[in-house]
Amino acid sequence: MSGREPVTMMDAATRLDFKFTAGVAMSKNLHGYEEGKFLGQRCPKCKKVYIPSRGSCPTDGLPTDEIVELPNTGTVTTYCVVNVPFAGQSIEIPYICGQILLDGANLSFMGLLQEIPIDEVRMGLRVEALWVPPEELGPTLASVKYFRPTGEPDADYETYKEYL
Amino acid sequence: MADEAEIYTADHVLEYPYVRSVGPVVGAFLTALRDGKVVGIKGSRGRVIVPPTEYDPETGEETAGVVEVGPEGTVTTWSWVARPRPKHPLQEPFAWVLVKFDGADTSFLHVLKAAGPADVSTGMRVRPEFVPESARVGHVHDISHFVAVGGAS
Repeated sequence: MSGREPVTMMDAATRLDFKFTAGVAMSKNLHGYEEGKFLGQRCPKCKKVYIPSRGSCPTDGLPTDEIVELPNTGTVTTYCVVNVPFAGQSIEIPYICGQILLDGANLSFMGLLQEIPIDEVRMGLRVEALWVPPEELGPTLASVKYFRPTGEPDADYETYKEYL
Repeated sequence: MADEAEIYTADHVLEYPYVRSVGPVVGAFLTALRDGKVVGIKGSRGRVIVPPTEYDPETGEETAGVVEVGPEGTVTTWSWVARPRPKHPLQEPFAWVLVKFDGADTSFLHVLKAAGPADVSTGMRVRPEFVPESARVGHVHDISHFVAVGGAS
């Protein structure tokens, strides 16, 4: 016998290695991040602007070929304060994950919120994107360093109630 | 500016770092492997089950009595792998083998190192090659592979 404690536990990691292909529509969106721009795509029928776009309108089923550059400003539709540590965490807790609806967009996406105390975050908060320095821009949403308050008055609930 | 026609691809890994408790019976098996031994357990009618289970798979009755088996055994069936995949335990051509350890009544799945399929046969005698004791952790990979008895390791 080795004199060690009996074996009671076993590492049983499950791991899948994928090659992810962004596809035409998302690649266009990712190119935008390389240039420090939010590039959405508009449906020719309902005129909704999706960012990120999957290449077709989920309502009308039509290709969203028209590229629309969106501004750096938007509204927090909802948010979550992250207090729980987890494996692979890259940001110090607590931090705020916000759903950001860019002005002119009809789809919100998740973004990191900074430069605001956690107990002051709220639905309707007006925010702007802070991009990383130009030499650090890449084809990833990580090109947006974070979103921060603009100081404007909160957005009217009516303007984002469709996007919760 | 990047070429607009470029389609991006990226490596994506999905991993769940599970750790599971093994229980007293599988725990005894893994502890034995760490000690460089192979054990089974007695089931109904005295059959020796390797790797051990908590219940006899044929009768559902509780098993009892850990017994050491092997280390040599007999290949009961096998399959040659000419082109190993990245996650296979050996990165050279090898055989999957079911080995019935001496003293066991069931077979155990592992890999056999051999020069080629002509050197593998049902009924051939094999023995396990353990990894060095300092590298053993209580896992089935504590057996690196099997080799033919009398053959090179």
